[in-house]
Amino acid sequence: MFRRKNTSDLAAMEGRRLGLDGIMTGLSFVLLFIIVVIPIFMIIYNAFFYQGKFDLTLFTSVIFDKENLKAMGNTIIIAVAVTIFGTIMGLFYAWLLGRSDIPAKGFMRALFTIPYMFPPFFGAMAWDLLFSGRAGYINRWLMHTFHLRTAPVNINSLGGIIFVECSYYFPFVFMQVVSALERMDPTLEESARIAGARQSQVIWKITLPLVKPAISAGALLILISSLAHFGVPSILGFSKNIFTLPTMIYALINRSGGSFEGIRQGTALSILLVAVVAVALVIQKKVLSSGSYDIIKGKSMRPTLIKLRGAKYPLLFLACLTLLVIVVVPLVMIFLVAMVKAYGLPLVWKNFSFSNYQKVFASPATMDSIRNSLFLSVTAGVVCMFLGVMIAYVINRIRPRGRNVLEILSILPYSIPGTVLAIGVILAWSGAIFGVTLYNTIWIILVAYMARYLSFSMKSASASLQQVNSSLEEASRACGATHTESLRDITLPLIKPAMVSGFFLIFLPAMRELTTSILLYGPYSRTLGVQIFALRDAGMIPQAAALASVAIVIIIICNAIVTWITKDRKGA
Amino acid sequence: MAGIRFRNVSFSYGDKKILENFSLDVEDSQIMCLLGPSGCGKTTLMRCLLGLNKPETGEIYVGERCVFSREKRVNIPPERRGIGVVFQDYAVWPHMTVLENVCYPMKKHGLPKDEIAGKARYALEQVRMSDYAPYLPSQLSGGQQQRVAIARALVSSDEVIVMDEPITNLDAKLREEMLIEIRQIQKNIGTTILYITHDQEASLQLCDKMAIMNADGSLSQIGTDEDIILRPAGRFVFEFIGVSNFFRLTKKNNSWCFHDDENLQYPGTVPDEYSSCVDMGVRPNDIVFDDSSQVRGKVRRSVFLGSEYNMFIDFGGQEVRVQRSTFDDGAGTIQEGADVGLKFLNPVFYHAKEA
Repeated sequence: MFRRKNTSDLAAMEGRRLGLDGIMTGLSFVLLFIIVVIPIFMIIYNAFFYQGKFDLTLFTSVIFDKENLKAMGNTIIIAVAVTIFGTIMGLFYAWLLGRSDIPAKGFMRALFTIPYMFPPFFGAMAWDLLFSGRAGYINRWLMHTFHLRTAPVNINSLGGIIFVECSYYFPFVFMQVVSALERMDPTLEESARIAGARQSQVIWKITLPLVKPAISAGALLILISSLAHFGVPSILGFSKNIFTLPTMIYALINRSGGSFEGIRQGTALSILLVAVVAVALVIQKKVLSSGSYDIIKGKSMRPTLIKLRGAKYPLLFLACLTLLVIVVVPLVMIFLVAMVKAYGLPLVWKNFSFSNYQKVFASPATMDSIRNSLFLSVTAGVVCMFLGVMIAYVINRIRPRGRNVLEILSILPYSIPGTVLAIGVILAWSGAIFGVTLYNTIWIILVAYMARYLSFSMKSASASLQQVNSSLEEASRACGATHTESLRDITLPLIKPAMVSGFFLIFLPAMRELTTSILLYGPYSRTLGVQIFALRDAGMIPQAAALASVAIVIIIICNAIVTWITKDRKGA
Repeated sequence: MAGIRFRNVSFSYGDKKILENFSLDVEDSQIMCLLGPSGCGKTTLMRCLLGLNKPETGEIYVGERCVFSREKRVNIPPERRGIGVVFQDYAVWPHMTVLENVCYPMKKHGLPKDEIAGKARYALEQVRMSDYAPYLPSQLSGGQQQRVAIARALVSSDEVIVMDEPITNLDAKLREEMLIEIRQIQKNIGTTILYITHDQEASLQLCDKMAIMNADGSLSQIGTDEDIILRPAGRFVFEFIGVSNFFRLTKKNNSWCFHDDENLQYPGTVPDEYSSCVDMGVRPNDIVFDDSSQVRGKVRRSVFLGSEYNMFIDFGGQEVRVQRSTFDDGAGTIQEGADVGLKFLNPVFYHAKEA
């Protein structure tokens, strides 16, 4: 079926028609076709075709609907604002921690990456508890203390959504830029100083242009993530009827009770969302067209640090305050509310108990959701780990015709919003593929996770395979090992670290996933994220907080395991 | 023990033809050096032999065994060709210790355990790596890794071993020792070795026979080392093997002249087959100083290299390289700027190249 390049066709002339290479190549194409191509095709088809005929009426009516247009506007406003503020924030703190002589760097750096680990909707929940209208704890305290008649801060607004998303997405830029700054050759800056440039000129003319690719990569991540983001706007916006495209799609489908008409409307909106993302990508590329520089070296060097002098302690205070606000406050809030007997009671000692945890662990639905999430994350992690290696191997080593297609297909779902992917998966697995119906089962969530996260393990394995010279495998062939034996004895052991990290790259986000699961769950297939969302939605806020705190503990433990494993590898 | 035969092997990467109808015989129990400029297809040929590249035409035999034939539809996979190999980049498996690396091929060939241990120990002794058996490749230098690769090749086949630039990363002294070692091992076991390199000095030390490959992938000459050095088959071989000086001679008034200048006559004879224009090649150590010669030049630079002087002589605007042994009479007395007469020994003549 797929013609392979002459050079790798080792077994074909020997009578064996289909070798291991052929099987892997074929399997990669077929799997990606089923997992990725069919859902995408189903979305496009259902948006433009009705009962087999080309039909634009639905599409135009949905697009020109006033509410939907407003949602689109909100989506764009939020995404642009989050990208701008998040980038500035990430850049500032990256420079502060990467290039200045501010104290306690290592500690602060670890804290600054914390928001990266937690799902933003936890933060939204916490801030909602503090600042939602008249009910929020801080709002009530402020009104009481200063005798205000209205709530001073309203988190249930575009501004609130932007603030919360910012505090969770700025690490994208922060982490990219910090590592670029670390790998940058310090002599580049030093020679500019020697040539007579002032410190501020060096920052603007040398440092900033050199880390521009890192900034633009981070900003792009923020933009795409924010455009597709579901959790924060749903938690903060629903009560005030503020919708973005992803939450609108959810609301449409939810309102129609999962009927086909609702899904069809969601499909049309999905096309709109994808179009916005695509336009954003194009504009971003134009605005921040990134040149690549070779001056950033692979090895780590000690850069010259800029002395902050008098600004040192004010800046340290600012950094600590930021950390307090974006990391400590939401986490503490979740744990405090998880202990409180009933929502609204003052957070004092006598109101605390563990009854919420008892309720959470006594509820079969909640325990089910933990079990489901563990099952889904582990399964998706393991399956994608092997699929990712296989596809990476086909792309990098077997190099069949159409390997570019293979590469694009495996990376594509990553830039498709989770909401859209979920709809595609619903359409595809409601009988469209060989009549298989997975709707309302846990398997449809698994399929969606696989499509969504496959690129993580594929990229990780691909990068690792490129480090493993193909002559290593060729040498083992010449030494008498068959193709399969060479893979097992040489290639797989060498890329094992990448496989392990690929697994965790999938396991961790899958564990806290909300965006796709919320559209795909059925009565018996709630996930952890869905259950927290549902508990909160039903007004059982302390219980939702309790479950969220359990999720936080699970995430922290898993992260500790990852750190431990990766450290072990480095030491070996 | 087996020889290697290539018959009309062709191979191309996409549209780029690397080898075309290439044929070569490597005799049983010999060391054949395949020498050629980089990019001429040496490595491609090796990969065809190993079964890593599939030629478009032709046949390859190892001994009497056909390992590849287009017509007979034979293409034995690499693992069953029984050829040991040393890759240019060593290809020592980084996750296995030195000993595990050396034992792996024997395990795959299903040898009994005690035989594996004995052979591995012997091979490591041969390349002087016995002390490093439990080390990981990352703990070794490039040269040590190369020696592990050689040891691994030695145990993987006692018939045919292919080596692609196996000693480039060793220092000069170790390189010479390794060459002697490879020679000795080959004598002991009688393995056929195809040694691929662009380093003619290594091949001179090592080989029984040399094959010189053209830049376009064809063979220029096959022969013993003496054959190639003393009787180069063509201008390409002459230029490729060692440093050479070329002089354009033109015929004016029935005598051969340098630089189109009637007054600058070449004193020697030129074979009759050349009529008006000819290129004359002379090795640097075949040019001697002779004050009675009419051909005169000026010493530009003289570099002392220990056993010899390397001199650059300005001969009417052309730079000529001359090598004088240190122990030649008066070699050290010639100063830079001195005016010298040149005499040409052992000249070779080729049809004039288009300018």
